[in-house]
Amino acid sequence: MKFITAIILTALLAFISGLLSFSLWWGFAITSLLVALLVHQKAGKAFLSGFLGLLLLWGGLAWWIDMQNSGVLSARIASVLPLGGNNMLLILVTGVVGGLVAGFAAMSGSYLRSSSKD
Amino acid sequence: MTVNDLKKKLLHLSLSFEFIFLPMRIVPFAVSAVVSAGLIFALNKQWGAIPPMGKFLSPQHGFWQNAEPSNQDFDAQLSFPDLKGKAEVYFDERLVPHVFAENEEDLYFIQGYLHAKFRLFQIDLQTKAAAGRASEIAGPKAVDYDKEQRRLGMVFAAENAMKEIEKDQASKKLFDAYTNGINAYIGNLKESELPVEYKLLNFKPEKWSNLRTALLLKMMAKMLSSGTENDLANTNAKAIFLPDELKKLYPQVHDSLVPIVPRGTVFEKPGIVPIQPLSADSLYFGKRDTVTAKEISKPDINNGSNNWVVAGSKTQSGAPILCNDPHLELSLPSIWYEMQLQTPTSNTYGVSLPGAPFIIIGFNDSIAWGVTNAQRDVKDYYEIKFKDKTKQEYWFNGYWEKTILKEEVIKVKGGADVKDTVAYTIFGPVMFDESFSNNLSNKRNLAVRWVAHDPSNEGMTFYKLNRAKNYDDYASAIQTFQCPGQNFVFASKGGDIAIWQQGKFPARWDRQGLYVMPGEDSSYMWQGFIPQPENPHAKNPERGFLESTNQRPADSTYPYFIPGSYITPRGIAVEKYLSGMTGITPKDMMTLHGNYFNTLAEDALPLLLKYVQVEKLDAKAKGYLDIVRNWNLMASPDSKGQTIYQCWWDSLEMGIWKDELTKVEPQAPWPEEQTTMELLKKDSALSFIDNINTAEKETLFDVVTTALQKATADLAKKEAEGKLEWAKFKNPTVYHLLKDALPAFARKGLNVGGNGNIINAVTHSHGPSWRMIVHLTNQTEAYGVYPGGQSGNPGSRFYDDYVDKWVEGQYHKLWFMREGDKTDKNVKWIMKFNKGN
Repeated sequence: MKFITAIILTALLAFISGLLSFSLWWGFAITSLLVALLVHQKAGKAFLSGFLGLLLLWGGLAWWIDMQNSGVLSARIASVLPLGGNNMLLILVTGVVGGLVAGFAAMSGSYLRSSSKD
Repeated sequence: MTVNDLKKKLLHLSLSFEFIFLPMRIVPFAVSAVVSAGLIFALNKQWGAIPPMGKFLSPQHGFWQNAEPSNQDFDAQLSFPDLKGKAEVYFDERLVPHVFAENEEDLYFIQGYLHAKFRLFQIDLQTKAAAGRASEIAGPKAVDYDKEQRRLGMVFAAENAMKEIEKDQASKKLFDAYTNGINAYIGNLKESELPVEYKLLNFKPEKWSNLRTALLLKMMAKMLSSGTENDLANTNAKAIFLPDELKKLYPQVHDSLVPIVPRGTVFEKPGIVPIQPLSADSLYFGKRDTVTAKEISKPDINNGSNNWVVAGSKTQSGAPILCNDPHLELSLPSIWYEMQLQTPTSNTYGVSLPGAPFIIIGFNDSIAWGVTNAQRDVKDYYEIKFKDKTKQEYWFNGYWEKTILKEEVIKVKGGADVKDTVAYTIFGPVMFDESFSNNLSNKRNLAVRWVAHDPSNEGMTFYKLNRAKNYDDYASAIQTFQCPGQNFVFASKGGDIAIWQQGKFPARWDRQGLYVMPGEDSSYMWQGFIPQPENPHAKNPERGFLESTNQRPADSTYPYFIPGSYITPRGIAVEKYLSGMTGITPKDMMTLHGNYFNTLAEDALPLLLKYVQVEKLDAKAKGYLDIVRNWNLMASPDSKGQTIYQCWWDSLEMGIWKDELTKVEPQAPWPEEQTTMELLKKDSALSFIDNINTAEKETLFDVVTTALQKATADLAKKEAEGKLEWAKFKNPTVYHLLKDALPAFARKGLNVGGNGNIINAVTHSHGPSWRMIVHLTNQTEAYGVYPGGQSGNPGSRFYDDYVDKWVEGQYHKLWFMREGDKTDKNVKWIMKFNKGN
């Protein structure tokens, strides 16, 4: 339950932090850390819930945007990057990059909480 | 020891353990915190050409934000304090804005706003490049380009133009409004909304100014009037050829020329007769040393165009039809942005140049106009003698005159600033000197005199043309247009057709300015300009049509020496078709725009076939010969004959000229293909046919045969790759503005034929950038298409949606919207502008 709660909270707060600033892209690292402080889990689990939270949020947003856009831009960017023009791969990369940052931030949160206890 | 003591001791121990282990527990936190911070840092930073990936990939900040939904809603309610009244913009289904404003200032404010909204990266990049600031974006590889822009005096030219723009209050108001419109958009732009190119290259747009508008217009001036001279290479040709040979290789008037002003036109006595300096034979014509300077970014010679107009006497409807297709480097986004601009006193439709106000090519309720490039030489070089290395003084008319030294600082992305000093003389800036000779050895100081440096306000010509009602309005609108010289074609609903080659053109003595000129006194300076009324023009000719296709404007009876980089073949073809046509409809004109007839091959191919020695060819070459023998002279996309002919001809030119032209470095200019064809037709024993590097004496039979055999090697390679068909061979491509840096944003492999010397002038990446046909009937009937789309955003479905139509030779019917059409079903989105904060 904690695990699911953490994932949902991570994604939700990350989305809100993205709305608050048009230039700061890594606000979600702070919110992911806060979620891990709030919903305490072992480091590994915290990492995973942070990772999945952003994988779902970024991957999901990218997938939604891409669908609305009929894949016009993703095909071009996936050739620039270079991902062989594969838009699904680009969506995955997007999710994984967000996920990694959130995962490590959440792991930090988990350690921070356990280090301040007893 | 009591139990209590023990407890105390243990507690103390555990506390000290706590003391020791607390930091140990922080370690994993510290490690993961450092990893997180490091990850964010790495993803927030640009690595070489890789943009900051975290920001770039963030769906709420990065490129995903540029992925415009297919059903994007462009409706908006906007208010700006700079506006005077209310205005509406009606977008049709192609995203063409139809702007209805209450006054002119609001009209151009909105034009600026829309240019910024749909083409921000384009206008920002182009004006930065014009000002010699490309290195700020592209890094060290652009430094020499930037130096050249500055040394050519691009900013100097733009500053002079801006002074002229701002001198006249009426003009300043319009340009100010346009600038404010662009800045209104930039000012409200969120970082997440930046065009995707900014996110890829990691920089931000800069505020607009009237100077930047002037820079954009000077970029056009460079594109169209800087590459039309060949003075540096000509000077080297003078070192290896005798005067008679020079005249033969680089003739001023081709035998086959069909000039813009119909042959037989009688010209007035010239208003100015320039005098050749007494020293010309010794110091100028007779001087035979080479110059090793070479321009880095010399504009494409094919920057030309077609335009023509047919009078009512030749059309089915009895109303004139005007056609135009400017040939430029094709790009995404396009150099053009289509729009309609209306106020209670004016109503104009056509294409605008993002970065500048007004409609540049188009029509209104009374007239239509179009432009082609004049191709005239309006730029000369003078050799300067500096007193010393400081470049502070130069020898002029017997004195050491002071230069004006301009310190240039070029900011370089990922590198240190580069400094350069440019000396300005009475002629203009010293473009080449010791510190800038493109690493070539002989360091002559060359100042450049270019008409684009002179104060002028070309924009106002378009302002007036947008509102012209008849021939007189048109003629007075173009009178002040100086540079780049253009052929303004015109038609009115009143039934008039006309053409003027308009520009500020130096009056030259014979061969003045073909070569680098002495710059130690005033005797070689331009003595004046051709009086404007004497510019070549024609109105309502009996034959009922006029055309211009970058050829020489007049035959040899025109009383001035007018060198330039003229292109002869297309004029011959257009003239041939138009003179044979009657009962013309817009549909006929579309067919003519798309015409693939290779008029040069019509003359050249019989020569090739006459002199080829079949028995000396191998089987493969014989096969190609058979194909080209049966070729219908059309450069259509699937034509193999066109590919074989072109490769054969290019190989022949190489065989004839290369040995002579490369005796100097940089090499002498290649004679035009028209010249080569005419020379061979007249003299099959032309002395240049012989290869001077071999012992034998080659004949025309030899070189024509060798040329085909040599071309066969390349052709066979292409054939093996399945690229023998003309369109596959030349691979027509519309590149993104950043060209090879962003191949994924280009449209490649387009199935179009044509060539630079063919009416449908599509080369690899160059060609008809806008095709327009205006039928001046009561209810104007107009058609147009350009190879791009209204949006500069590669994430929009409007980025390249016209390309396929353009490839197929189809047109959009242009919707000249009326006041009463505001509820018409063609209106898809409405943007409302109000005065307010």
